Amino acid sequence: MNKINVDDIHQAIEAKFSTESATIINPQSLQPILLIPSSRLLEICQFLKDDKDLFFDYLASITAIDNGPDKGNIDVIYHLTSIPYQRSCTLKVRIPREIEQASLPSVSHIWQTANWHEREAFDLVGVVFEGHPDLRRILLPNDWVGHPLRKDYQEEELYHGIKIKS
Amino acid sequence: MNIQDNRLKTGDGGIILTSVEDLLNWSRLSSLWPMGFGLACCAIEMMASYASNYDLERFGIFPRPSPRQSDVMIVAGTVTFKMADRIRRLYEQMPEPRYVISMGSCSNCGGPYWEHGYHVVKGVDRIIPVDVYVPGCPPRPESLIGGFLKLQEKIRHEHPLAPQLLIEMENE
Repeated sequence: MNKINVDDIHQAIEAKFSTESATIINPQSLQPILLIPSSRLLEICQFLKDDKDLFFDYLASITAIDNGPDKGNIDVIYHLTSIPYQRSCTLKVRIPREIEQASLPSVSHIWQTANWHEREAFDLVGVVFEGHPDLRRILLPNDWVGHPLRKDYQEEELYHGIKIKS
Repeated sequence: MNIQDNRLKTGDGGIILTSVEDLLNWSRLSSLWPMGFGLACCAIEMMASYASNYDLERFGIFPRPSPRQSDVMIVAGTVTFKMADRIRRLYEQMPEPRYVISMGSCSNCGGPYWEHGYHVVKGVDRIIPVDVYVPGCPPRPESLIGGFLKLQEKIRHEHPLAPQLLIEMENE
């Protein structure tokens, strides 16, 4: 089995696309993260999955983190795993947090499992995934108002006549 | 006289003197059929209570698969707002007289979700009336059995046949 680390993945992405299409945020850490621009997300994901030497065939999770109104952005983190090569890779995309602009292209046609992960990120953080086949709430009821894991989320007074706050 | 205070086993065919009301209450409290459903980790303790170690069936308690056949609902776990509508509907589908045991901190008052749980109903008594609260997180099977004994005491002192108005007048 050939040894590949995050630098090799980084170089492969830069060779395929252009320089500055990915940066390693924390090269020394146990889980180095590749920061990529949201405009290149789709092609990089497709490349990481299809390339014979990388072959990240499994999307383990999608995480969305709201960094709050002060920083004004949301981080969306993709954990990829290559089952045959037994290695993983972490991608991070930074998008603005305003409701209209917090959107990303959906990767659910690349990895089927992204379907529900993206629905969860939409439900709780309010990230809109363009091109998702069925972007509904997945955990909260359909008539829920707001996205509760946003830092500035305000609870409603009532839900179906039941007081929400203690 | 209470029917259970008077158990002389003589071996002869005996006579028990009681009132219809006591007999009715005794039969009701001796076969409390809970609705078989659980919401969270409390349900694990509830299932343990049903199983052979604690054996709730020695009290005549065994779960029914339908609200139409149930006397008591054990709310065992965290009641989310999404679940609240369903719980209310299941409660309404149960025939009267019906009872509710709220099991564990979550359904008593919201438990650990009291302050920051945007999704948790802060006490199931906000949606349905509760007869017995069982504290604990989760309560041990002994506590749940204690809750059932408490409920049995409550039923033992009910007056299912008496006109409600008369009882209220007597209490005044």
